[in-house]
Amino acid sequence: MARLEIDRVSKHYGDVIAVRDLTLDVADGEFVVLLGPSGCGKTTTLRIVAGFAVPTSGVVRLGDRDVTRLPPWKRNAGLVFQSYALFPHLSVARNVAFGLEMRKVEASQMQRRVADALRLVRLEHLSERLPRQLSGGQQQRVALARALAFYPDVLLLDEPLSNLDAKLRAEVRVEIRELQRRLGLTTVMVTHDQEEALTMADRLVVMNDGAVRQVGTQKELYERPSDRFVAGFVGRSTFIEGEIEAPGRFRSAGGLAIVCKEATAGPATLALRPERIVFTPERLASMDNSLPGVVEFVSYLGATIDMHVRISPNERVIVQVSNRESGLVPTVGGRVFVAWPAEGSIVFAGAGN
Amino acid sequence: MRWDGEYLREILMRRSASFPRLGRLVLNGAATLTLAYILTPLVFVTWLAFFRQEIPSFPPEGYSLRWFQAIPGNDRFVSGFLLSLELAVVATSIGLSLGLPAALCLARLRFTGREVLSSLLLLPLVVPGIVLGIALYVFHVEVELATGLPILGSLGGLIAGHVLLVIPWTVRLVMASLIGLDRSIEEAAQSLGANRFTTFRRVTLPAIRPGVVAAALFGFVSSFGNLEMSLFIVGPGRTTLPIAILQYLEWKIDPTIAAVSVLQIALIATAMLITDRFVKISQVV
Repeated sequence: MARLEIDRVSKHYGDVIAVRDLTLDVADGEFVVLLGPSGCGKTTTLRIVAGFAVPTSGVVRLGDRDVTRLPPWKRNAGLVFQSYALFPHLSVARNVAFGLEMRKVEASQMQRRVADALRLVRLEHLSERLPRQLSGGQQQRVALARALAFYPDVLLLDEPLSNLDAKLRAEVRVEIRELQRRLGLTTVMVTHDQEEALTMADRLVVMNDGAVRQVGTQKELYERPSDRFVAGFVGRSTFIEGEIEAPGRFRSAGGLAIVCKEATAGPATLALRPERIVFTPERLASMDNSLPGVVEFVSYLGATIDMHVRISPNERVIVQVSNRESGLVPTVGGRVFVAWPAEGSIVFAGAGN
Repeated sequence: MRWDGEYLREILMRRSASFPRLGRLVLNGAATLTLAYILTPLVFVTWLAFFRQEIPSFPPEGYSLRWFQAIPGNDRFVSGFLLSLELAVVATSIGLSLGLPAALCLARLRFTGREVLSSLLLLPLVVPGIVLGIALYVFHVEVELATGLPILGSLGGLIAGHVLLVIPWTVRLVMASLIGLDRSIEEAAQSLGANRFTTFRRVTLPAIRPGVVAAALFGFVSSFGNLEMSLFIVGPGRTTLPIAILQYLEWKIDPTIAAVSVLQIALIATAMLITDRFVKISQVV
């Protein structure tokens, strides 16, 4: 495996900028996830690394090699596609052997390496099957074995789990992650699914509109989102528009006074995480903020309950309570208090959109 | 949203599941009528081929294989068959090697005039055979006058004409296969170390094989059975099987013609059945 460096890469398609000035270093053995909504440039970035798109400017280095203008077949990058893209006319074993055949590995060694790769994904017993005789999950594992059999310098995963059903997805997620750690694979994955990204990555890259919005660990992104987009995309947030009146005091557009940690005066947006908000029948004097409100909507999700609480004519917050801390059953129309500490809200300077 | 065969089949099945019984009855009836309409002449020709009497009349006076036995002794039919076979094989090979790259370009590249070119390559299928034949005849005359080359009535000219019959089938069927092809399997091959040519040979070609085989089959059949166009561009003494049949009919109407036709039908049906064992033609056409 090798280190991957993407250095100030941009990709223009006519007037459209798919990727703008993206810089990213992926360390040897690191698992990085590119996360963002569709059309944010994450897939284009992956295709640039794989060699299917040539950047308009910038450099891609894999190990010690500058691969920016190298065609895909000279890059030694293992790629797993969303559709798996198995060769329909070849058996599982021949699919996995394809990369080795292209590298002219001798027959005896090839057999061993195909068997090894299939054992990694626990499919050695299906080696003679054709792809269409396999389930989606099995096809996905064949695609993974095929991408690993030729010892690639980097593993690239393009939404590899999105065609699996929810239960299987959760299993395969763990499986891929464990395999990646065990083999020390330098990996870049693209996904729009934040849960997938959070469970698998060492580091996440949140992208929007062709640009990187924030790079960091799960904790960093969650606790200290760099902007409103990240706060909305990683985890959930309720946003309240308003302004910082004085250091530590936020005045919402709906007229609420909220205590926060921000000092710079001016227009601002406040982001609240639903699970950081406490919900009580009485005013909670011990909290910095404790506001009265009316429950307008309740959704029972099993482990948790979501409530939408109106705290001013303009503002409604989402409160997530664990089902365990019952005692108070939220009902629509009920009068409650929502409370959170000053450091529980994140403030972004500038007006929201 | 997937618009491949499986998806369409699913939709159709769901449709037909909700089809009222009467509707299905009408549908089946129409299908049966159409099939009967197509097959009836074939049935009669086959029946006729076994009549004993020389002048076809009903009911038959008896049955015999004499008309079949007479075929090998007729030089015109034998040489016509051999020429038609040779012509169809050569024209199909040339048509495939020209039509396949053309289909690739049309399916893969975006360039100005692509639509026009695509329609142009399908044109020989639409233009009536007579018109095609006259046009080629005039063209051959003009070229021969201009260059002095012996083109009119030459074997080369005949083959070139038949290639025209094969190209539309090749372009059409191969393009259909290419459009239905998941391009990511080609990208997968490239990421695994295959260059463009190897990718085409090892991945693209096997994936579109049903389309190529069907194209070869249809091209072969339309060349082998072609009469109208060939009439205008064959040279003296160069008689294809359909022309030999026509010429025979000018003088005689005995069941030999029926026997020859039965052999022709049998040959084409066998070719189709054998092909169908390897690739399901119904998946492509």
